[in-house]
Amino acid sequence: MLEGLKRIVVITGHYGSGKTNLAVNLALESRRAGEEVVLADLDIVNPYFRSADFSELMEMEGIELVAPIYAGSNLDIPALTARLDALLDSDRRVIIDVGGDDAGAAALGRYSAMIEAAGGCDMLYVVNGYRYLTRSAGEAEEILEEIERAARLRASAVVNNSNLAGETTAQDIADKAGFAKQVAESYHLPLLCHTAQEDIAEEVKMLLPGETVCPVRIYVKKLWEKAFESH
Amino acid sequence: MDSKQKVLMKGNEALAEAAIQAGCHHFFGYPITPQTEVAAYMAKRLPKIGGTYLQAESEVAAINMVYGAAAAGVRAMTSSSSPGISLKSEGISYMAASDLPCLIVNVQRGSPGLGGIQPSQADYWQATRAPGHGDLHILVFAPASIQEMVDMVFKAFELADTYRMPAMIFADGMLGQMMEPVVFPEKEVKQFDKFSWATCGHQGKRKHNIVNSLILQPDELERLVVERFKRYEVVKANHTECEEYLLDDAEYVIVAYGATSRIAKSAINAARDKGIKVGLIRPKTLWPYPSGVVAKAAEHAKAFMSVEMSMGQMVDDVRLAVNGKVPVYFFGHTGGIVPTPFEVLEQIEKMAGGAL
Repeated sequence: MLEGLKRIVVITGHYGSGKTNLAVNLALESRRAGEEVVLADLDIVNPYFRSADFSELMEMEGIELVAPIYAGSNLDIPALTARLDALLDSDRRVIIDVGGDDAGAAALGRYSAMIEAAGGCDMLYVVNGYRYLTRSAGEAEEILEEIERAARLRASAVVNNSNLAGETTAQDIADKAGFAKQVAESYHLPLLCHTAQEDIAEEVKMLLPGETVCPVRIYVKKLWEKAFESH
Repeated sequence: MDSKQKVLMKGNEALAEAAIQAGCHHFFGYPITPQTEVAAYMAKRLPKIGGTYLQAESEVAAINMVYGAAAAGVRAMTSSSSPGISLKSEGISYMAASDLPCLIVNVQRGSPGLGGIQPSQADYWQATRAPGHGDLHILVFAPASIQEMVDMVFKAFELADTYRMPAMIFADGMLGQMMEPVVFPEKEVKQFDKFSWATCGHQGKRKHNIVNSLILQPDELERLVVERFKRYEVVKANHTECEEYLLDDAEYVIVAYGATSRIAKSAINAARDKGIKVGLIRPKTLWPYPSGVVAKAAEHAKAFMSVEMSMGQMVDDVRLAVNGKVPVYFFGHTGGIVPTPFEVLEQIEKMAGGAL
């Protein structure tokens, strides 16, 4: 998915559009392609289910994780670390997982000038046609405008990440292809790809001939879904 | 909206949207993690549909605004997390004493004190024993999925109006923050005529109503409390709910509610694969408590275990219902630590092996 994208890739979208899961996938994809990678968790809104939850996986894979100092702790303080400033101005691949909506994107605004100075970024707008209040293209566009204003950056592509969590079928994803295209077209942005859980990606490809389907692994899981995999 | 369609929602958003669809257009609250999305959602949506969203100066103010709105006869709600609920407890007692219906949401976090922002179930005693001072109960619903959060919001408002008492959705940070697909029910919202008691204007048709919790004569106060407790008995007889899972042949019974019951189910399935006959009782109402189902299971089970995100609070109600017939054990974590399915499985194996 990262082919042709700039060194700094920023992932934005509505709450629950699946940004964190996509960010983790992109970081791993880039690392496995041999790049030096940084995954930055810039989410100052969400207390749980965030990139910082994957510190062990990132360490194992040799990916540097940069997260707000108190992420995952009991302190509700959105303090960002200075480490990201240095990394933006490096030659490493940086994947930035931003908090939802304009509230989350506000933290990104603080870095916009630095990102532009470092050669700019590709800002992906992740949409999920099954999320309540973003199901119409109009609603999705409104949120994008709010995000861009807060981020002081422009989106460069749309990613269709439509899903119903663990209940997602290939047909569910294909059904929202039109919605994602509509969002992209009305905003004059390219539709980068449709994402699909690995085991149904082939099926989605058959349902959407000629379109780019990127398989993703589901990392963001509930405790009872993880069950006994680590034992 | 095309309400039949499945949508993906965060627990906190689903609570707010369900309340709006249940006819609650008056929300008064104060932000606190991990429930802030309830207020944020209301702040965004209510002005668009002619409702009232008000961020009060404190939780104390918010619950008293709910008192005022409920007394005026409209559906009203507030939402908070553990420390904020403590602040609301005076108002909850006043509302119970004034026979006022309302919805209170508690998305519990680690405690006591300011505690932390991770999930917890350590407010069980508060919700079921003393949501405020005095002789009183409130309805306490314990959802275990986002769909159930939606369904219980509708039910909570309806029962609160029917029995004129406060109702609580008793969730935890895990449920508030996680996302699942939901379908909103399409049924008509039942309308309640509150003219006879609400302070909504007498229109020259009746004497003016007074909503009050200060009763000057002790015998009058006793009469009112006793009357209210008779109503509580009707609620107990008709609205106690729980889920029974693999209970018929169960030699061991896990009792768990909310997010913890999802973890317990995973562990129970794994234990069944190992040949251990274990089942689950999942209370869906915590007040009234499904004591009858627990007592019945105690007739054939060898032992019980309450699994909670606390130091052991609901385990008291399990013990009261089991009434000494068989051992009742406890397993849990507190302070924002969530038990894992693996840990619960280990405890089930120990219980079945007589090692507890």
